[in-house]
Amino acid sequence: MFNFLISFIPRAVGQGIPLLYGSTGEIITEKSGNLNLGIPGVMYVGGIAGVIGAFFYEQSGNMNPFLGIMIPLLCSLLGSFLMGLLYCFLTVTLRANQNVTGLAMTTFGVGIGNFFGGSLIKISGADVPTIALSQTSIYFSKTLPFASKCGWFGQVFLSYGFLAYLAIVIALIASYILKHTRTGLHLRAVGEDSATADAAGINVTKYKYVTTCIGCMIAGLGGLYYVMDYACGVWSNDAFGDRGWLAIALVIFTIWRPNVSIFASILFGGLYILYLFIPTGMEHMEVKELYKMLPYIVTLVVLIVSSMRNKRENQPPASLGLSYFREAR
Amino acid sequence: MNNKKNEPLFHVVKRDDITRKKAWGIRAIAIVAALVVCAVITIAFTGDNPISVYATMVQGAFGSVRKTWVTLQNLSILLLISLALTPAFRMRFWNCGGEGQVLMGGLAAAACMITLGDKLPSAVVIILMIITSILAGAIWAVIPGVCKALWNTNETLSTLMMNYIAMQLVAYYTVFWENPKGSGKIGIINQNTNVGWLPEVGNKYLLSIIIGLLITAFLYVYIYYSKHGYEVCVVGESERTARYVGIKVEKVIIRTMVLSGALCGLVGLLLVGGINHTITTTIVGGQGFTAIMVSWLAKFNPITMIFTSFLIIFLGRGAGEIATVFELNQSFSDILTGIILFFIIGCEFFIAYKVKFNKKKGGNE
Repeated sequence: MFNFLISFIPRAVGQGIPLLYGSTGEIITEKSGNLNLGIPGVMYVGGIAGVIGAFFYEQSGNMNPFLGIMIPLLCSLLGSFLMGLLYCFLTVTLRANQNVTGLAMTTFGVGIGNFFGGSLIKISGADVPTIALSQTSIYFSKTLPFASKCGWFGQVFLSYGFLAYLAIVIALIASYILKHTRTGLHLRAVGEDSATADAAGINVTKYKYVTTCIGCMIAGLGGLYYVMDYACGVWSNDAFGDRGWLAIALVIFTIWRPNVSIFASILFGGLYILYLFIPTGMEHMEVKELYKMLPYIVTLVVLIVSSMRNKRENQPPASLGLSYFREAR
Repeated sequence: MNNKKNEPLFHVVKRDDITRKKAWGIRAIAIVAALVVCAVITIAFTGDNPISVYATMVQGAFGSVRKTWVTLQNLSILLLISLALTPAFRMRFWNCGGEGQVLMGGLAAAACMITLGDKLPSAVVIILMIITSILAGAIWAVIPGVCKALWNTNETLSTLMMNYIAMQLVAYYTVFWENPKGSGKIGIINQNTNVGWLPEVGNKYLLSIIIGLLITAFLYVYIYYSKHGYEVCVVGESERTARYVGIKVEKVIIRTMVLSGALCGLVGLLLVGGINHTITTTIVGGQGFTAIMVSWLAKFNPITMIFTSFLIIFLGRGAGEIATVFELNQSFSDILTGIILFFIIGCEFFIAYKVKFNKKKGGNE
């Protein structure tokens, strides 16, 4: 049992970190009243932008570890920032419908990811439909030097690249800002009732823009982590799968709390790969597919139960999904 | 402080009313602008001249008789899903679960074909398929519907989750019924006996096109000329008003979701029984999501939806052809579709609002 946990937990964490980035980003976005259904697309763009940066840097020859990390990181942040800006421009400035804009962004983002991914594969002329950025991946997944010497403790807690710890730090900071600072209070006010926040002198547009863009950049890092660390620098089209939607599911599951999301995302990561560890025998391979259903069922149940109990602190931000226009009554 | 007040360059005013002509004029400008941007991007990637880019797109959609039929068939499937979602949208119920509802309909149809294929005559199997797939779609839609009606559960999120549950259910049965063993897919069902294959009308494409037209007409009447449609509209505009005039809101929500899901189930039946004769998790191919945008772009009007779904399908097939001809990636069409959608989504602002430039007052600067 103990051995099982030691091999299971690191993989669950590896699966969970992209979800944690995605859900933290989406939580602060939703707290500002923007329901960004484009997160799956944003995570794709974050991943591919990092891959593009790393690809051309690796092609250029001699590499240095600092630039090897900074170039993909900045490319990824820039890519997802642009997606966030696009979403804000359409929904905040042009007051477009958030559901439709988000879904269009998902189509667009996944398209961009697969298109540039496919193009890079062609440029590199590989035989397999993947791009391998092994050198960059080594920089990203570098663990603390003494991690391997610490036995089970090292394996469970210290065996991850720096992006994994960054995810947890970001989630804690986001949680602190939301709950304990004036900025967080203003942000929540914008998400609950934009008109009241506006009357209180809070710049609604600025808050929505800034949080949505920051949220997208955080989510984009999830894509980068997946490619560079979890997948060992191998990009293949559609490999990222439906993790973006799972991140959105996590937002509900954690009832809009980034600190809860740290454990919840690892739990979801575990549920996502649980089927690999369940001995089903060759006769009943199909049962594994049912295990993959678990995260979604759990989320659905949480969603329904929290709406049944109808506690005020467990509800979505009141103006979630609505555009704000000062002159509208 | 006060005398340093900056006059903003422009301000935004809500339009009281806009003529239909003007609204469509704005949309047309947006589409043209989007097509220009798409052309610029395509030229950047292919180095071809713009006219031949568009010629290639038309070629892709209507290049041969077969291509034209396939375009029309795809059009009618997307149109049908969009139509199915529309009653829910008119109620401001964001049914993002089209994908799952269609899949469940398809799964039910496939289940009938596989389990009853060698026991019952084809006609009986087809009747059972119709009943079960419509039921399956309806059940998948009514679960979020009931939750919304009773506890006001957020429907965008619950329908999204239902999609993935449906997808995994299909994945489960794909392995369960896999044929041949170990291939990981179901292959063509009843290839030799053709039991449960929907009959061909004229040619193999026409059936879904006819059903598409029939449902369009039905929904047009249902939405604009029936009591049900009126109730849906009132609930969407204001739930309080609806309660005040004695409409049972819960009943309307559940009834509309049953209709929405049943129509989605019907599409699943067409996809499995009429077109593909097999089922995979990707059989709907994201059209459940595209349909949301198609329906919204058409302002939830069934007739306009024919044009918006045509636009999307034309772009998809056209960009697919460009991708093939210039050896680009097939995802190119997603990018083009995305750009066009952004433009159309953005232009709605200029239909609802007017930007007024402020006249500069003399003196300052």
